[in-house]
Amino acid sequence: MMQSSKKIKSQKRTYLDHAATTSTDTRVVRAMQPFFSKMYGNPSSLYADGRMAKEALQKARSSIATILGARPEEIIFTGSGTESDALAILGVMRAYSGKHMITDTIEHHAVLYNAELLEKEGFPVTYLPVDAEGFVDIKKLVVAVRPDTVLISIMYANNEIGTIQPIAEIAKLVRRIRKERIISGNETPIWLHTDACQAAGYLDVNIERLGVDLLTLNGSKIYGPKGMGVLYRRRGVKIAPLWLGGGQEQKLRSGTENIAGIVGIARALEIAQSHKDGENKRLSKLRDYFIREVFARIPKIVLNGPEGERRLSNNVNISILDIEGEAMLLYLDAYGIEASTGSACDSATLDPSHVILGIGRPYEFAHASMRFTLGRATTKKDLDYVLQVMPGIVEKLRKISPINLDMNATQMSHASAFAGQGLPHWEKKRGTKLKTPSPKAQ
Amino acid sequence: MKQKTKKQNVATKIKKATKLQPAVLKRKPVPPGKYEVVNQYTGQGWVYSDIVKQHFFQPQNLLLDEPKKGQFDAEGEVGSPACGDTMRMWVKIDKKTDRVKELKWKTFGCGSAIASTSMFSVMVTENGGMKVDEALKIRPQDVMARLSGLPDRKIHCSVLADKAFRKTINNYFHASGQHDRVIVEGAKVIDARLNITDKDIEEAVLEGAQTLEDVQKKLKVGVGDPESIPEIEQLIRFFKEKYYG
Repeated sequence: MMQSSKKIKSQKRTYLDHAATTSTDTRVVRAMQPFFSKMYGNPSSLYADGRMAKEALQKARSSIATILGARPEEIIFTGSGTESDALAILGVMRAYSGKHMITDTIEHHAVLYNAELLEKEGFPVTYLPVDAEGFVDIKKLVVAVRPDTVLISIMYANNEIGTIQPIAEIAKLVRRIRKERIISGNETPIWLHTDACQAAGYLDVNIERLGVDLLTLNGSKIYGPKGMGVLYRRRGVKIAPLWLGGGQEQKLRSGTENIAGIVGIARALEIAQSHKDGENKRLSKLRDYFIREVFARIPKIVLNGPEGERRLSNNVNISILDIEGEAMLLYLDAYGIEASTGSACDSATLDPSHVILGIGRPYEFAHASMRFTLGRATTKKDLDYVLQVMPGIVEKLRKISPINLDMNATQMSHASAFAGQGLPHWEKKRGTKLKTPSPKAQ
Repeated sequence: MKQKTKKQNVATKIKKATKLQPAVLKRKPVPPGKYEVVNQYTGQGWVYSDIVKQHFFQPQNLLLDEPKKGQFDAEGEVGSPACGDTMRMWVKIDKKTDRVKELKWKTFGCGSAIASTSMFSVMVTENGGMKVDEALKIRPQDVMARLSGLPDRKIHCSVLADKAFRKTINNYFHASGQHDRVIVEGAKVIDARLNITDKDIEEAVLEGAQTLEDVQKKLKVGVGDPESIPEIEQLIRFFKEKYYG
C-alpha cells in the first residue's frame, strides 16, 4: 500500500473528476482547524465551551443564509447532499401521507431511489421524461401535476451531462398552481425542491431569484469538507424528520452538530460564490476548447447534454463509440488522468448510466461515455495533455472492438449476442421494446 | 520462441498506437501481498494484480484486422447479460490432433473482460494448443486463478471467454459436421462434487429460490465446491432476471 501510494504521488496527476469531488480549499481547512481539538464543545451545553461552539454554529448558519438570501432558521445542516435530498423528499412526503410527487428520470440516485422508496410506501410518483439534451419539458410538467401533488423535485444542474434545468421557470409554474389552488379551494400545498450540489460552485443559488422552497447543497463539490450537507427549507414547509434523537436542527436532524464541518461548508460556499463568475467564464472557455479539440481529433464521438450557456461550465461528457468506458478509464489512469464513465462496469449495480439512457441513447452509448469535469486547478495545459494521450488509446481500443455503431443509433446493436431473448437486465427493467435483430445482423 | 516474437509484435504495435508509454508499465512488479486492492473474502489482490495489468495493457491474441476468408474454422459471439459487454472469438483447429491451433478475439468490454480473455486465449493455445475437449472444461475460476483474482462483482460479467469459446466451438462442430459433439447449453456442470448443472439451478429459481441461501437449501450446491459459488450467483441472477425481472 505504502509503496504504491508513493508511486502515484511521483506521477503527475491530471484530475478531471470535479463533479465526483473536489479538494478541500486550504482556507476552508484553516477555518475548520480550531474546532477539532481546541474548541470541541457541544453547542447544546450551557457553559463557555458550549457557548463558543454555538456561536460558531450560528455564525456559519447566518453566513449561508445570507448567501442564499434566506433566514438563518431556514438552514438545516446534514451529513451529505444525499441526506439533504432524502430529508427533503422523504421528509416532505411523509408529512403528507399518500400525496403525489413529481421528479424526472435523470435525477441523481439520491433523489430517484428515495422516490422509489416512497412508491414502495404507497405514494404515487411521476417520473418526467427529459428531451435529448436532458431538459425537463415544462408543458409535460404542467400535465403531470395533479390536485394532490405536494412535491416537485428537479435538479438544478445534472451531475453527469451538465444540463442546467430552468428552475426559475418551474418555480413560476409552481406559484401559478398555488394561486389556482387558493381560488379552487384546494388546501394541499405544493413545494419545489432542487438538488443544487453541482450548481453551487458556478450558478446563482439565491433562493428568491430561483423561487424554490427546498434546496440541497453539499460540501465536497465546492472545495469544502466531505460529509457535510445543507438543506434550505422555506419557513412553513412541513417536513417529518428521518430519525429522532436530541432534537438538534429544529428537531429535524438530531445528532450533535459537526461544528468543524459546518464552519467549513460555510467558508467553502462563501469562497465558491465569490469566485463563481470568474470561474464560470474561465471554465466555459476551457470546456468549449476541449470539446472542439476532442471532436477534431477523435472521429465518431457524440456530446451528451446541451451546448453553450445551458450547460454547466465545468462539464464535458462524450460517448466515444465502439469502446467501453471502463477500459478507457483504466488506460487514462495509467497516464495519470482521472475521469469517470457511465459504463455499467464502473457502477456498483452494473447498470449503465440512467442519465445517458434517459436522454434516449442506446446502452452502448452509456457504456462508451466518458465524463471530464474541470475545476479550479484545471489549466489548458492539462487539457492539452489529455488531448495528446486520448486519440492513441481510442485507436487501440477501437481496434480490439467487435462492434461498429451507427452514430444515430437508438437501438442496441448486438442483441443477438445476449442470452435470454437478447436483452440485458436493465432493458427488461425499462420495458424497452427492441426490434427483433436479424440473425445475420453481425 | 515463435510465440515470443508474436508477443513482441503486439507490444510494438501497441506502443506505436499509443506513442506515450503508460507509467504503470514502467513500474517494477509488485510482490505478492502488496496489491493495491485486496479481496476481503479471498485475500487476493485485484484490478491491478500485475498479471491483470500485463494482460490489460498488452492483450494477447487480439484480432487486429478483419479476418481473411478461410483464415479460421469458426467464429462466435456472446454478450454478458449482466453488464452488456460483447465478445467475439475466432478459432482454428488442427483437425488431426483436435487441438486449438489459434484463438483470436475482439471485445467491447471493460478492463477485466480484456484481461481475462487475453489470459484464456493464452491458456488454450500455449504448449502447442489444448485439446478441444480439455479447453471446453476451462471454468471462469481457472482463468481467475491464473490472473491472481478479479474483483468480486466483476467475475460474473467479465469472464465471458469460456462462454464465447463454447459458442465458437459449437459453431465449429456444426461447420465440420461433428454434430454429435455439439454441447447443449444448459447442461453444464457447475458443482463438480454434486454434479449439479445450471439446469438444476434454473429449476430451483423457477421453484421460487431467490438467493444463494435459498438455492443451497434446495440443492446444497457449492457447499463442497466453494469455488463454484461466483458462477452459481451469476446463474441465480441471470435466471431471476429471465423469469422474474
